[in-house]
Amino acid sequence: METLCAEGWLCSSRARAGRGFPVAQFNEMFQGAEVRIPYSRLQDWVATMPQELRSLKQAEAEALFRRIGITFAVYGEGGDPDRLIPFDMFPRVFSGGEWAKLERGIKQRARALNAFLVDVYGRGEIIRAGRIPARLVYQNEAYEKAVAGFVPPKGVYSHIVGVDIVRTGPDEFYVLEDNCRTPSGVSYMLESREIMMRMFPDLFRENRIEPVDTYADKLRRTLASVAPARCPGEPTVVILTPGHFNSAYYEHSLLADLMGVELVEGQDLFVDGDHVWMRTTEGPQRVDVIYRRIDDAFLDPLCFRPDSMLGIPGLMDVYRSGGVSICSAPGAGVADDKAVYTYVPDMVRFYLGEEPILQNVPTWQCGRAEDLAHVLANLADLVVKEVHGSGGYGMLVGPKASRDEIDRFRAKLSEDPANYIAQPTLALSTVPTFVEEGVAPRHVDLRPYCLVGERIDLVPGGLTRVALTEGSLVVNSSQGGGVKDTWVLAE
Amino acid sequence: MLSRTADNLYWIARYMERADTVARLLEVGSRISLLPSAHGYRSEWDSLLQATGLTHAFAQKYGQTVQRNIESFLFFDRDNPSSVASCITAARENGRIVRTALTTQVWDALNTAFQELKQLEREERSKLELSRLTDWTMRHAAMLRGAIDATLLRDDGFNFLNIGYYLERGDNTARLMDVKYYVLLPRVDFVGSGLDNYQWTTLLRAMGAHRAFHWAYGGEVTAAKIADFLIRNPQSPRSLATCTAGLTNHLGRLAKAYGRETEAQEKARGLAAGIESATVEAIFDEGLHEFLTRYIAEAAVLANAIHDSYLSGEMR
Repeated sequence: METLCAEGWLCSSRARAGRGFPVAQFNEMFQGAEVRIPYSRLQDWVATMPQELRSLKQAEAEALFRRIGITFAVYGEGGDPDRLIPFDMFPRVFSGGEWAKLERGIKQRARALNAFLVDVYGRGEIIRAGRIPARLVYQNEAYEKAVAGFVPPKGVYSHIVGVDIVRTGPDEFYVLEDNCRTPSGVSYMLESREIMMRMFPDLFRENRIEPVDTYADKLRRTLASVAPARCPGEPTVVILTPGHFNSAYYEHSLLADLMGVELVEGQDLFVDGDHVWMRTTEGPQRVDVIYRRIDDAFLDPLCFRPDSMLGIPGLMDVYRSGGVSICSAPGAGVADDKAVYTYVPDMVRFYLGEEPILQNVPTWQCGRAEDLAHVLANLADLVVKEVHGSGGYGMLVGPKASRDEIDRFRAKLSEDPANYIAQPTLALSTVPTFVEEGVAPRHVDLRPYCLVGERIDLVPGGLTRVALTEGSLVVNSSQGGGVKDTWVLAE
Repeated sequence: MLSRTADNLYWIARYMERADTVARLLEVGSRISLLPSAHGYRSEWDSLLQATGLTHAFAQKYGQTVQRNIESFLFFDRDNPSSVASCITAARENGRIVRTALTTQVWDALNTAFQELKQLEREERSKLELSRLTDWTMRHAAMLRGAIDATLLRDDGFNFLNIGYYLERGDNTARLMDVKYYVLLPRVDFVGSGLDNYQWTTLLRAMGAHRAFHWAYGGEVTAAKIADFLIRNPQSPRSLATCTAGLTNHLGRLAKAYGRETEAQEKARGLAAGIESATVEAIFDEGLHEFLTRYIAEAAVLANAIHDSYLSGEMR
C-alpha cells in the first residue's frame, strides 16, 4: 500500500561539504541578505509575531488537526494510531512564474507517462524503437498481463499523477519519482490550507494566493470524464477504500465527502451480469467509476490474489468488457517503477516530440556494467536504492553511512546489481521553518497532484513535506517529517 | 445510502444511548449508597447489575459488588462491551467509518467525547468522583443528540440514527423495569412500605424521570402510575409508547422515501399497537415480567427485520 512516504534518500549538503564538495544550498526565502520576492511579505509577518502568539497558534493548529481527525498511522510502528503529522505554519511560496514552468513540466510528464502505459499494454512501439529495454517492461512485477491489449476510456491509465519534485536552485527542479497508482497526501494539502486561512486570514488578504480547494471538484470531473462509453447519463462514482484501519482512511473519507460520492469497501460492491453494483438501503445501485485506493493485487481475488478480502470477485471481467472504469487503471504501476523512471525523459521525446521541461535526477543503472563500475567507485558519495523498494528501506545513503555499512552494502550490490540504481546527493532547497529556537531553514520537497481525464488539470499547489530535524533530508512522515502549506502567488 | 453506512449510523445511536443508560444506572447506585442502609436490604448495586444483564460477567472478573468494582466494570472496563468506555469508543469508531455521512458538529460531538474519555482514563482513579463521570457521560450523550437534531439533514441517515435510538431506548426501559418486576408484580396494595419507596425512586431516577413523574401524576407513587408512565404515556420520553411511536414514524419515513414497504414497517406497527392497546390492568393480569419479556423479544424480531430489509444489503 502506498502511504505518505518519501524515499528517504535525500542527503544533506553539509555532509557533502565535509567531503570536499562545497555546495551552496538554496534557501527559497533568502538570496544572500535579500528576501526573494515571493516571500517578501512573510518577512514582516514572522518578525512581528510575538513568541506567545506563535506558541498559541501552534497549539491551535494542532487542536484543529486533531479535531477534524486528520491523524496518521504508520504501518508496523505500533504506538498511537491517532498520531498527528507535524504541521509547520511557515508557508512555502512559489511565484506565479515559477509555478507556470512547474505546471508545464508536470503536465508534460503526466501526458508522457500515460502515453507510455497505453503503448506498453498495446503495440509497444517504444520498445520496438529500442528506446527502452523490453525486459524492464515485460519482466516488471508491476506489469499486469491481465490488461494487455485493453485501452481504458480516454486512453488514461494514471488519473492522478503525483510527481515528487525537489529544488536545488532558483531555476533548478528535479523529479525524484513519479507516483502513477494512488498517490496519497492530498488531504494534507487541503487541510493545511484550511487551517492557515482560519488562523492567519490577514496573510491571505495581503498575499494573493491561488486557491487549492477546487481540487475535489476537478477530481470528480476527471473521474466522471473517464466513465465507460456505454454508461448512460451521469456516471456514479465511488471511492474504494481498504477500510477504516488504513492509515490514509481520513483522506479517503475527506475526498468522498468533498466530491459527494460514496466511500465503499470491497464488501459493499458485487458483480452481477455486466455491471458492478453497490449494496444500498434501497437495493443494488450500479457503479460506473471506481476511484480505488487499494493495490492492484487486492482488486479481484479471481484475477489477482485469491486471498484478498478487500476485493470484488469478478471485477476485472466487468472492467475488461467496458462495464466499469477503475482509476488508476490496473497495471499503471509499471510506469512509476524506479528503473523505468530513468526513461521518462525519453518517453517525453518519443511520444510528445518535446524536450522534457523537468529533469530527472541523474541515475545510474547498476545493471549496466559501466554504470556499476562508477557506482562501486563512488559509493560514499551516492545514494543507492533498490529498484522495487519503497519507504526508504534497503537503501544506502553514502555520505551518511559508516565505512562498515558501505562495505556491507557493496557486497549486497555486487550480488545482484540489476536490483539497484544510484543517484548523486543533491543540495536540497530549504524554507524557513518554526523550530524550538525561532525560525531556521529546513529541507523540503514537493508533491503536486496532476489530474488526467478527458483533459489535464493541476491545482496551483501541492503537498510540501519538510524535514524538521536540523540537517536532515528525510521528509518521511514516519521519520520526523512534517507538512507545510504550499502557496502559489497570483501573477 | 450504502447499507453499511446505514448500519454504522444505527449503531452510533444504539451505543450512545446505551452509554447514557449505564451512566444513569451508576448515578442511581451512587445516590443510594449515600443513604443510610438501615433496612438490612441487599445491596442496590446488585439490582443495578441485573439491569445491565451482566451479573455473571461481573462476578467472574470482580467477585465483590462494591462501588469501586462496579464503577470500573460499568465505566472503564473495555472487556465489558456495554461499559461507557466501550460504548463511546464503538460509537466514535462507527462515526469515523461514516465520517462523510455526519456533519462536522456531529463528528465533533463523537470525537470530543472519545478524546476526553482518553484523558479521563489517564487520570488517577481516586481523583475521579463518580458524579463527575456520570455527568460527563450524560452531557456528551446529550451533546451528540443535540448536534444530530440541530445539524443533520433529515434524510435516510437521520432516520436510521433515530431507529437506533428508539430501539435501544425501548429495550433499556423494558430491562430496567423488568429488574423491578418482583416489586411491581405481586399486589398493588404491597406498594407503599418504606422499603419499596426506595425501589420506586430508584427506577424513576434511572430514567431521569422522577420529577417528570410527579409533574405528570402527582400524589402517591403507585405501581399502576409507574407502569402507565413508563409503558403507555406518550409524554414520557422513555416510555415504550414513545419509543414504538418513534420507530413507526422513522420507518414510515423510510418507506415513503424509498417508495417501498418492508416487513420492518409491519412489525413496528404491530409492536406499537400492542403497547397502545395494553391497559395497565391487562399488563398486570398478564404479569409485568411476562409483558416486558414479550416486548423485548418482539423488539428483537423488529431489529432483525430492519437488519434484513435495510442494513445487510442482501435485498436485491
